Amino acid sequence: MSDTLLKVRDLKIGATVYPPGEKPHDIEIVHGVSFDLERGKVLGLIGESGAGKSTIGLASMAYGRGGVKITGGEVWVNGRDILKTSLGDIRNLRGGEVTYVSQSAAASFNPAKKIMDQVVEAAVEHKKFSRKEAEARARELFAKLGLPDPDNIGERYPHQVSGGQLQRCMTALALCPEPDLVVFDEPTTALDVTTQIDVLMAIKEAIADTGVAALYITHDLAVVAQVSDDIMVLRMGNTVEYGTTDQIINNPQEDYTKALVSVRSIEHEEKQPTPEAVLTVDGITARYKGLNFDVLHNVNVELHPGQTLAIVGESGSGKSTLARVITGLLPPRDGEITFAGRKLSPDLKGRSREDLRELQMIYQMADVAMNPRQTVGTIIGRPLEFYFNMRGAEKRKRIVELLDEIELGEKFIDRYPAELSGGQKQRVCIARSLAAKPKMIICDEVTSALDPLVADGILKLLLDLQKIEDVAYLFITHDLATVRAISDSIAVMYQGRLARYGSKSEVLTPPFDDYTDLLLSSVPEMHLGWLEEVVAHRKMESAGN
Amino acid sequence: MKNIPISAMIGLFLMAAYFLMAIFAPLLAPYGMAEVVGDVWEPSSPEFLLGTDNIGRDLLSRMIYGGRTTIFIATAATILSFVTGSVLGFFAAVIGGWVDQVLSRFVDLIMSIPTLIFALVVLSVMPVTIPILIVVMGLLDSTRVYRLARAVAADINVMDFVEAAKLRGEGRSWIVFREILPNALSPLVAEMGLRFIFAVLFVSTLSFLGLGVQPPEADWGGIVKENKEGIVYGIPAALLPAVAIATLAISVNLVADWVLNRTTSLKGGRG
Repeated sequence: MSDTLLKVRDLKIGATVYPPGEKPHDIEIVHGVSFDLERGKVLGLIGESGAGKSTIGLASMAYGRGGVKITGGEVWVNGRDILKTSLGDIRNLRGGEVTYVSQSAAASFNPAKKIMDQVVEAAVEHKKFSRKEAEARARELFAKLGLPDPDNIGERYPHQVSGGQLQRCMTALALCPEPDLVVFDEPTTALDVTTQIDVLMAIKEAIADTGVAALYITHDLAVVAQVSDDIMVLRMGNTVEYGTTDQIINNPQEDYTKALVSVRSIEHEEKQPTPEAVLTVDGITARYKGLNFDVLHNVNVELHPGQTLAIVGESGSGKSTLARVITGLLPPRDGEITFAGRKLSPDLKGRSREDLRELQMIYQMADVAMNPRQTVGTIIGRPLEFYFNMRGAEKRKRIVELLDEIELGEKFIDRYPAELSGGQKQRVCIARSLAAKPKMIICDEVTSALDPLVADGILKLLLDLQKIEDVAYLFITHDLATVRAISDSIAVMYQGRLARYGSKSEVLTPPFDDYTDLLLSSVPEMHLGWLEEVVAHRKMESAGN
Repeated sequence: MKNIPISAMIGLFLMAAYFLMAIFAPLLAPYGMAEVVGDVWEPSSPEFLLGTDNIGRDLLSRMIYGGRTTIFIATAATILSFVTGSVLGFFAAVIGGWVDQVLSRFVDLIMSIPTLIFALVVLSVMPVTIPILIVVMGLLDSTRVYRLARAVAADINVMDFVEAAKLRGEGRSWIVFREILPNALSPLVAEMGLRFIFAVLFVSTLSFLGLGVQPPEADWGGIVKENKEGIVYGIPAALLPAVAIATLAISVNLVADWVLNRTTSLKGGRG
């Protein structure tokens, strides 16, 4: 027998769809995918949402999520076709030979049981180890994965550790029964960049130490380039390109792969600040009702007309809270906001219709930012009706104009949000805010929920619209690549305070403060060996200190 | 409308039959409502299809007129309970604060008293007329609708599209009727079928206890009450209203299920 652990041949997966107004019918979502994985190697599966990458990952455990069934092909694990084997054998396979690490550890751990009980469960259940041996192995893995206090962390409950730590616990869970193959399904996607780097390194070292093979599923090519030996690029259930990591990154053959590799190549020249600011945030301190500490401490920023100010920070840094204060949803405890030369009332009730019109907002999740029961025409038309009293043909003409501006066109006017893709939804939200002819738009993580290529399209659109409409953006994001692409000035936030603030060139030029340095160096870069370089650099620095 | 499942067809057919019967009762009934036409408890015959009741009135005519009263009261009470319950529930969820507290605690208070006892007490001091019956039943039932509507609306109220409407400066009425109501419709429609049947049972119970529809006016609960002694002698007159209530209940719920399925699978429907 060769060293091939997992052999997938012509895998076809189908699902039943229930389109509105039609009879349910079956469609194929993965069309004949083949690959091999040797022991101790890592294969990265990459693609945008709907590419079938998670479905393929689960198929290697002979599992289909609700409504999904494997309709053809072969999946060989350890020399047998697991699609034809008995149920009892599948039971041995899952959790024994093949284990799974899911995207959201927080949702996968049972909050009522201690971490240790859950980590050793599969190993004990499959009789690989006794409970005592399994616990010893778990502690060893905790240490290997760099978890603090490895001897006792297992005695905690899932909510008592941080998100990044829990994700590492989940990796320990998957490695504990000494599997032959681990399926990592977007294990770092939900984490902050600075945490992601630790988890990535931990996973990479654990894979190397235990000699396990892995399928690594992600939508982030820069991440997968750091951990995998081979990469398979998937799109809509088809293989686009399959090769070694080096070849895919440095010498991509297909157009789609090339586009993925060169994503975030938007160039945007920094504009000089104008004498007058459209928005001045002066000494804002804020806290939520019921909390006894401030979430924002004395924040001062300025935004100039027609320019973009990016607010960067990790989750919990207070960047979205700042947006809520500016919109008036959360009246600040101290400080004031000047907008277009007027002092804004701290709460929503005190603001004039003009204040509201000129200050618009775009949300992260476009699907919940639009009423699912209203058509695109109603959604975009409402601000026209509300602020400009437009009716009938005049309103329709303006809606069509806006639809053209966001590159969708008139045919979308009668569609419902459910009939749009993620990128199209976000475009409609942009049109809705533009309809009000605002002076400034707050963009709250508007591209984080989108696939990289789609996100790129949205950013380009926003930049083009800025030129046409001369609107200023307050751009909230955790993604530094986005920041580089579109901003004129940057405010880095950390624990509710401004860590660094200035024009783009100032903020991105050394010397950095510690936090900005950490944040900047944590953004995955699209070249091999980046992860090791960063980690080595950090070790050196801490040794120097 | 072409892909109606068979169960919904049956439900629609029966429901339509009952409602048409209620509307056209004077045309359909072979005899007058309170007309004594035969002997006491005659068995069914070509002359009296369902036999006669305890004082010799035609049971089929009584059932048709009774259905008219029962269905009218139940429908009116359901509409009243849904309009008050859902509007108050939505506003409580959107406004929040003390308005919500006062309303919700008041509803808790009413709900803590068993509905039947409460209705009996109120009806024993008030003149029992059909409008009063409808108002009492409708308001008592609206507490349950209020709870559901408030819970659903509280869920929708925190969604980004409602926040977007607030930031636009929309008034409360727009938020309640244009943003929240369309998204809250599915659970409310499902609840409506159930509440309608409870209203039918409730008005029948009240009539059976003598505090509902007053004789000689016919209604299904009243027919059971008038004929209950006959059961001992093997006379099925008292069971006919039970059959009618059961078939109506099932058919209304079959239709409600189908409407629910349709609205949730609509474009952009919410689960």
